[in-house]
Amino acid sequence: MASINVNELQKSDLPWIIEYDESKCIQCGKCTAACSFNAISPCVEFRKSNSINSPDRKFEKVLVIKQNISLDNYCRGCGMCSNVCPNGAIKAVRNKDDKYSVAYRAQKADSFKKGGRSNLNTEGRTLDKIKIGRISQMTDPSLDAQRHTFELRTPFGRVLKADKLNFDTCGEVLYETTSLPPVSWIYPIIFGDMSIGAVSWRMWEAVAIATAYLNEVMGIPVRMCTGEGGIPTKLLKSRYAKYMILQIASGHFGWNRILKAMPDMTEDPAGIIIKIGQGAKPGDGGLLQASKVARYVQEIRGVPKADLLSPPTHQGLYSIEESVQKMFLSMNAAFNFKVPVAVKVAASVTSVSVYNNLLRDPYNIVGGFFLDGLAAGTGAAHEISLNHTGHPITSKLRDCYLTAVKQGRQGEIPLFAGGGLGQTGSFAADAFKLICLGANGVFTGSMLLETAGCVGSDTGKCNACNTGLCPAGIAAQNDNLVKRLDVDKVAQNIVNYILATDIELKKLMAPIGCSSLPIGRSDALITVDKHISNRLDIQYAC
Amino acid sequence: MCRIGAVKSKKRMHPSIALKLMQSQQEGHDDSGFAFVMQDLGGIFENYKELPLLSMAATVEGTRLAEDILREIGFSRVMQWSPEINNQKGLKIEAMPNYIFEVLQYPRSFKHATKQEKEELLIDTAIKIRKTLEEAKAGYIYSFWPDVLTLKEIGSPKDIGIYFNLWEGNADLTAGIITAQCRQNTNYDIVRYAAHPFFLEGYTGLANGENTFFEKNRDYQQKLYKGYIGFESDSQCLLYTLHYIRKILKWPLKYFKHTITPLSYDEITTRKDREILLRIKASLANLEINGPNTFLAVTPEKELLCVCDSKKLRPVVIGKNKDTVIMTSEVAGLNDIMPERDADIYPNERETIIVKDDLTIERWLQ
Ligand code: SF4
Ligand code: SF4
Repeated sequence: MASINVNELQKSDLPWIIEYDESKCIQCGKCTAACSFNAISPCVEFRKSNSINSPDRKFEKVLVIKQNISLDNYCRGCGMCSNVCPNGAIKAVRNKDDKYSVAYRAQKADSFKKGGRSNLNTEGRTLDKIKIGRISQMTDPSLDAQRHTFELRTPFGRVLKADKLNFDTCGEVLYETTSLPPVSWIYPIIFGDMSIGAVSWRMWEAVAIATAYLNEVMGIPVRMCTGEGGIPTKLLKSRYAKYMILQIASGHFGWNRILKAMPDMTEDPAGIIIKIGQGAKPGDGGLLQASKVARYVQEIRGVPKADLLSPPTHQGLYSIEESVQKMFLSMNAAFNFKVPVAVKVAASVTSVSVYNNLLRDPYNIVGGFFLDGLAAGTGAAHEISLNHTGHPITSKLRDCYLTAVKQGRQGEIPLFAGGGLGQTGSFAADAFKLICLGANGVFTGSMLLETAGCVGSDTGKCNACNTGLCPAGIAAQNDNLVKRLDVDKVAQNIVNYILATDIELKKLMAPIGCSSLPIGRSDALITVDKHISNRLDIQYAC
Repeated sequence: MCRIGAVKSKKRMHPSIALKLMQSQQEGHDDSGFAFVMQDLGGIFENYKELPLLSMAATVEGTRLAEDILREIGFSRVMQWSPEINNQKGLKIEAMPNYIFEVLQYPRSFKHATKQEKEELLIDTAIKIRKTLEEAKAGYIYSFWPDVLTLKEIGSPKDIGIYFNLWEGNADLTAGIITAQCRQNTNYDIVRYAAHPFFLEGYTGLANGENTFFEKNRDYQQKLYKGYIGFESDSQCLLYTLHYIRKILKWPLKYFKHTITPLSYDEITTRKDREILLRIKASLANLEINGPNTFLAVTPEKELLCVCDSKKLRPVVIGKNKDTVIMTSEVAGLNDIMPERDADIYPNERETIIVKDDLTIERWLQ
């Protein structure tokens, strides 16, 4: 009798099961070559070749593709094997009864790490339950999205109340008497902070190319945030630096090089974002696993090949007052108070207090508040943080806006919201609704990945961004995998996506009779959910 | 849509001119009300220009409550005028029991008070009376300011005219500036406070429009100044912004247009004054208006003003002869009461039209 070892990892424990049809297979080997996770291998099966009823025992060897049963090399369901198979002989099928996460912990005594986003999806999507319900008709006619002009720009930087501008009059003309905080006017979409390292250099370059193209050719002033991992020195010294928002986080990765390059910069950057927290894994620091620390990542960041951890907090900053005085002030001073300095925090129960404190800061040196919700993605995180920590973006953004309204200070520190926008395919609608709820703009990383060909999903497909083995070459650092990504094509897709989004935003602005951004126009929104109506203070409809 | 009009003349006019101006535009309104503000008063008010004039409509109880407040603060009555009521049968009007137009003397302690202190007292008193009347559901206060008289009523403008005997000219009740509206209040409840023109501390405003940024404007204005209250109509926001720019910020008048319909970023960056305009665009973003609007206003300098939304989605025309200027929604109104006149002005979306006290017309391009 064969022995069964039930305590070993079994195929039926894995999240994806490979279905392989040997009769269609021509043994070309493409699937195994395509699988970056080494989840399938060619192997030989020893089979009885004549009839089962025949008393003779004749055997043959058959070459087949087999699924590997391993905690490390297991199928992520990415679908690359079926994509390359000329005959459709292989595919991965989701295993509803998977026990992988139990087995991983039981055998490794370690917390499970992954990339992508939370796969629990217990919250449901508030934004999908909100509609744009106030349509102008008759008395205030809808505008025409094609014919009328619209302005999609928002201030980025610390905006002072009119009576604090200290204007003086000379005859019938106003003029400035004091120097005021820097404010720029940007498109309400910021390309989110994905570092070189978290994504491949090709992916990062594609986003940078798309940013430059959108600005210089299409006249759409989007900005790109570098993420915490520095920026190529050449780019920093170029005129394109003006489209880049530099990020500094608790690991300060890349800043050595930035500081050295600063004297040679020809343009000021678009802004600085001080990253305090991240929506996907609030309270957790950054994590770049050693497998992704390629040579050029080591160079840009000035680090050896090792797991790179950014601490959960900025060392040495213990209060908002202190942060404002030390870090924000020095970042402001670094560029002569000519560049907006913003902060990025994870949406949290405490976000409103943080926002309030910054609003009241007497030095007026915080020029933007980036609020990142729990549906956000990440390059790598402990699954427990991804699935169980965080705060949905919608109500928190609304709370921040309304707390400003209560003090008559809305718009003073522009609000930008992000985290899982476009998850259900409607990025423009999500952005528009958040703007109506009080955001000046939104930021996104996952939309960029989607346009680049990410095969991951919110229901457990792929999400292997932490491994360095990204089958799409997006979050990979291995040369062969990175080559899968066509830089120009990705840049083109991103540009196209923004052009489409621009049309769609206008298609939503026109019917509510707005030719400029409807920031805080929650009267345009309705919801069919009573709780959402109460919580967000928007009209209930049924 | 409502129909609005503003008339400024070197000769004193009776409010019948406003009724006539509105009558030929009646297809554009719904017969739901009529309101006017008279400024630069003549007739029986001629000699009281420096003293505050209270315009109010109230129940008997409301009248008493207001009188109590005024007495308590120390105001004393100098003169009172009541319109001659013609309560004939069948008139479409929801009249109030009392209409009070009363000139008051400042409290004795204000004998040496500055203009600013007096103005402060007037706004505080007006707010107090309004609150008290609202709580008691006992009436409405429309203006409390020197040289300003306001009447608002619900009903057919024609019948309101008959009720208050306004169709016939009368040398007792005249003014150099009259602004009026016949209204069709499609968006909100038909309440007296929602009727234009609105008045606040020397500024009068009236609009034919739908301000789709009403919520933004209101949310911001509520915290800007104690006098920014009510918000029964989305057009009040325009008046409050004008007041904020001029009286609170003390900025030149031309920046009003830059606030309510700021130029696009691309246009601003080509201009010499871009630094200022971009600051205004950011700092006063919540006072931008959107949607179709024509806004007429009167300033404390006795000037008329006219501006439109940035897409010029509502009509307005300005006509002039040697001693009168009229701004109104439709040319039909002009043809009726001023058939002989100079070439009309149809302002564009980037203009501010100013009628100076001497009736010269200036057209400022934004
Ligand atoms: S689906 Fe992806 S991970 Fe699974 S075997 Fe195919 S290529 Fe490998
Ligand atoms: S395709 Fe790449 S980026 Fe997308 S989920 Fe998989 S590993 Fe992550």
